[in-house]
Amino acid sequence: MEAVMPHIPFVIFFIVGTIAIASSLLVVAMRNPVHSALFLLLTFLCVAILFVLVGGEFVGAVQILVYAGGIMVLFLFVVMLINVRHLPDEKMFSAYWMGAIGVGLGVFILFVSLVRPGAYRDPVVNAKGLRSYQTSVRKKVVAADGTVTRKRVRRTRTVGNSEAIGMQLYRDYLVPFEVASVFLLVAMIGAIVIGKRELEVDEEEITPAFILERAAEEKRVKELSGA
Amino acid sequence: MPDINAFLMLSGTMFTIGLMGVILRRNMITVLMCIELMLNAVNINLVAFSYRFASLEGQIFAIFVITVAAGEAAVGLAIIIQLYRLKNTINVDEAHELNG
Repeated sequence: MEAVMPHIPFVIFFIVGTIAIASSLLVVAMRNPVHSALFLLLTFLCVAILFVLVGGEFVGAVQILVYAGGIMVLFLFVVMLINVRHLPDEKMFSAYWMGAIGVGLGVFILFVSLVRPGAYRDPVVNAKGLRSYQTSVRKKVVAADGTVTRKRVRRTRTVGNSEAIGMQLYRDYLVPFEVASVFLLVAMIGAIVIGKRELEVDEEEITPAFILERAAEEKRVKELSGA
Repeated sequence: MPDINAFLMLSGTMFTIGLMGVILRRNMITVLMCIELMLNAVNINLVAFSYRFASLEGQIFAIFVITVAAGEAAVGLAIIIQLYRLKNTINVDEAHELNG
């Protein structure tokens, strides 16, 4: 058992990494967008496992919550809302497939040549830095002649990954955090404005009768309550 | 623990697959999914380097990238829905003119 323990992260990495690459290939290769979305979900879960493997527990949890929980549901909603028919003889890939393979090959060769074996080798990693944050405390120092001075002492507190990220996010990265919240508000308003449908005059013909009846009823209620 | 080069190779491969998907596929929803795939590959890089240098900055950047990806997906899908209403297609090749 002692001999096997150091190899467990390797085994997890190779299994999970293989699943991640295979499912991301299938995202591109599937004809039906629903299947693509489900393989994308598998890729996201594998990436979350990889995050936990390198000491990013909080990022892994955020990955599952936001990607697998939020973005995936959005994608599936839109796929089912649009409901395009997929004819089996319809072309799946664009006409630029030769250029795409050329660009992909070029980028891949670039990455392989950049990541030389041993370029970033540092086997001794102090993972404690991912779980700790700096605080400063006031300390009373009594000198030999009896004078009392107070001075600040920096101290490293080792807690958990989530608490360390929280301290850093709300202390050092407060402005980017607030900008991100404004960005999300802008994205939400933009998505609502773009996705909103304007009712046209001739649309009353295709609107189901019960909706028109309900609208008339609501109008009547509003008039009665206003009067 | 696997070397950081292994993580870099994994994320490079995933990024290449996503890039090829963006250029190859004609379905606009799948193109958006491939963009999410590329952002995820970048996130693997950030978190792996955060482990390598034992500093939290990479993980915080990964959180911001996830935020931007969420906003981008929302706006992109809204544009796709509106395009489908206007042109009745979500094919990239047929949607080359964006002026209504």
